[in-house]
Amino acid sequence: MKATPSQTVGPFYSIGLCRRSDDVLDPDGVELHGRLLDGRGDPIEDALVEVWDPPVRSWGRSSTDGEGRFGFRIRAGAEVLEAFVFARGLLRHQRTRIHLGHPGAAEDPTLVAAQTDEGFLFDIRMQGDQATLFFAH
Amino acid sequence: MTDPFDGPVVLPDDPSLGPEVQVDFPGYRSTRWRAPSRPLATLPEELHALRGPVFGESTVDPLDTDLTRQHDGEPIGERITVSGRILDDGGRPIRSALVEIWQANACGRYRHEVDQHPAPLDPNFSGAGRCLTDDDGRYHFTTIKPGSYPWGNHPNAWRPAHIHFSLFGRAFEQRLVTQMYFPGDPLFPYDPIFNAIRDPQSRELLIARFDLATTRPEWSLAFEWDVVMRSTPFEDAHA
Repeated sequence: MKATPSQTVGPFYSIGLCRRSDDVLDPDGVELHGRLLDGRGDPIEDALVEVWDPPVRSWGRSSTDGEGRFGFRIRAGAEVLEAFVFARGLLRHQRTRIHLGHPGAAEDPTLVAAQTDEGFLFDIRMQGDQATLFFAH
Repeated sequence: MTDPFDGPVVLPDDPSLGPEVQVDFPGYRSTRWRAPSRPLATLPEELHALRGPVFGESTVDPLDTDLTRQHDGEPIGERITVSGRILDDGGRPIRSALVEIWQANACGRYRHEVDQHPAPLDPNFSGAGRCLTDDDGRYHFTTIKPGSYPWGNHPNAWRPAHIHFSLFGRAFEQRLVTQMYFPGDPLFPYDPIFNAIRDPQSRELLIARFDLATTRPEWSLAFEWDVVMRSTPFEDAHA
């Protein structure tokens, strides 16, 4: 059977997908936050980021704010999170991976979160010289 | 070379656009600065087998399946039911899949601060629902038929009436966000989002079927719409 095709999540997804807060994967964990930026470097203020921590089967989603900022509380010691980005303008969601280790944790530097005092920082750039690597899926 | 985003909106049936969904489909302006520009990487093979999140009964409330009963009064509009099955591409039902929907009201207005379309909000309609599929992979919602609405993509741009669907399958790879349309919508030929799917047969998969057999006399029109998720190597190994 042929698979049903994807369509964009559109600008109004929060009606259906953000009725409650789902951004805490581990209440005792650490912060992971970042900004989602478009090809001009402008914040994408109407996007949804979902992350999945496979070893502990823990999932979360965060809506971006006016500065394109998303954020989660994730398990301390998590090594890599699987992530999806949904937004108006994305006909299909994009898949990336967030490595939480040292700078060489992934072959591609755009897949490595920077360590901060509170946890980790991971910006996602859709286009440009420092565009985040996305995976075919 | 001219930037296709500066030219007139490309409408369907330009074969030069190729057969697949175009992530940077020029007819849909918002893709211009948002669609990934870097070539996509190949996912490590073992990740295709990754299990996805599982949601329990506590995720959903019975009221979440009836969008006409979420307020004191009933919403204005054509009462409809939307139901169908979530299947993998081998035709096997996907059980306990979380289905989340959201939609505009009968006038084509979303209950969202960014929606400035000058059509009335309906105090009795929020436009959100969710449920888990049953053992047969079946979901069911009662709602009202959403209206078409204008958007700023190009002059006189209108979206065909649609309901947004978000689905989680068994595997992480089976995540799907899409839109369900209604049969016979006159706006289909003009909608860049619908037509970003280049294969006409695939586009048809997004259109629900009117079903007289399950239409409730004197009460509600029934629409049936099945969703097919791609199978993964994981599933083939564990089917």
